[in-house]
Amino acid sequence: MTDSILFDAPGPRARARHRIGGVVGGLVVLAFLAFALWKLGEKGQLQADKWKPFIGVSVNDIDANLWVDYIVPGLLNTLKAAAISIVLALVFGLVFGISRMSHVAVVRWVCTVVIELFRSVPVLVMMIAAFYYFSFNNVFVSDVNALAAVVTGLTLYNGSVVAELLRSGVASLPRGQSEAGLTIGLTSGQTLRQIELPQAVTAMLPALVGQLVVVLKDTALGQIITYPELLNTYQQIGSTWSNIVPAMFVIALIFIGINYTLSVVAGRVERRLRGRGRATVKRVGGVGGGGAVPPLVLERAPTRSA
Amino acid sequence: MGELFATYPILAAFGMTLLLTFFAAIGAAVLGTLVAVLRVSPVPLFQKVGALYVNVFRNTPLTLIIIASNIVMIVNLGFSFTEDIARDNVYWAIIGLTVYHAAFVCESLRSGVNTVPVGQAEAARSIGLTFGQSLVQVLLPQAVRGAITPLGNTLIALAKNTTVATAIGVAEISGLQKTMTEDRIDLILPIILVVAAGFVVITLPMGLATSWLSGRLAVKR
Repeated sequence: MTDSILFDAPGPRARARHRIGGVVGGLVVLAFLAFALWKLGEKGQLQADKWKPFIGVSVNDIDANLWVDYIVPGLLNTLKAAAISIVLALVFGLVFGISRMSHVAVVRWVCTVVIELFRSVPVLVMMIAAFYYFSFNNVFVSDVNALAAVVTGLTLYNGSVVAELLRSGVASLPRGQSEAGLTIGLTSGQTLRQIELPQAVTAMLPALVGQLVVVLKDTALGQIITYPELLNTYQQIGSTWSNIVPAMFVIALIFIGINYTLSVVAGRVERRLRGRGRATVKRVGGVGGGGAVPPLVLERAPTRSA
Repeated sequence: MGELFATYPILAAFGMTLLLTFFAAIGAAVLGTLVAVLRVSPVPLFQKVGALYVNVFRNTPLTLIIIASNIVMIVNLGFSFTEDIARDNVYWAIIGLTVYHAAFVCESLRSGVNTVPVGQAEAARSIGLTFGQSLVQVLLPQAVRGAITPLGNTLIALAKNTTVATAIGVAEISGLQKTMTEDRIDLILPIILVVAAGFVVITLPMGLATSWLSGRLAVKR
């Protein structure tokens, strides 16, 4: 959409220029790929023996299946950590997000400090702290400590992000929504729960799905505190078949595949909501103005996805 | 707490964090702008290359990129800058951080391009500016001013993400946090407080500067 406003429909000379640009650019890309392949080949990374394990062909009589023994368990651990974290983050975000809108000033202040603190400290720092705390105090069985630390770090950070999303979702609703709720005799708590939150949650749905990508990517930080997640399997695969480079490549592809799918889903959800939002605006606008403008809500929601 | 500062090179570790942030920020700004130009260029192939870059690096865990820069690039393919392994890892950590965050800089700039009204591009074309001229003189300056908030958020994320460099042994603060906590588990609370406070000190001014700049530089329409 934006791309087309930047330039006119090209004429014959511009089309010729673009073709030349395309050919030159294509050659550069090909040269880059050729160099990468040549370098990989020179260092022996393209040998069939390094890649055979990925299609289930046994090499040097190694009695292990790369997928069944390493990749799949790793992937399951990654998904497990991500799933637990996102559920806990939602709970955390709901509790702190709502409390931050409380009428009691002390509660509001405490929540603000907690949310801002966990948002500004790196996830890895929280994971490391949690890991050593759990390990030295034997909080969990020894092989659960790493998972618990990963979940703790991810929950605290992403929970704070969810809390912020929720708050900005509610804040960007038109004031008429809460005023209408209060007018028909609901308490402020009822207004929040029954009128404002449902709209805010819908509005933040795309950002929430996008946050899933962040959670999934950040589970890879678990590698640093020895959580046996997907990225971590490169070491075992590498030491079994001495094919670290192919292993890295395949693991990256798996991550990209999952995250790209999630991003596409997030985009779909956003477009659907926008479509629905526009319809609502038109209808409400016809009745008497002050209609909700969900597309604006979506655009204002802060996304710290990096 | 004074004991911690006396025993461990805390300030030096934060110095490394800042150094990584500084150079990776410059690198990501340059590379990200380049990718953004590719994505809005009229040549279809360039658009596809730009989109591919963003989709690949935005969806790869940074930990994987950093570890691969050591294991794949240095150890297996032999792309070394110096004989000094520690320095080589610092260089590659900066490259890894650059490559990853460039994707986010690109998307920030593109969201900035979205804030530029269609009339600006049309006006630029109708006075006869070429694509390159209208991009450099009319659109990008306004896009950057409209993208201050997401760019600032990317910078803050970058500062926090430098901690991942510990995965390849770069001597920054989260690695030191690990060492300190291992040695002195009794001081776990002061340690986390010092590290957390350090990051608040680093990222808070960035956040304040971002909101000040975005208010000041916003194009009044």
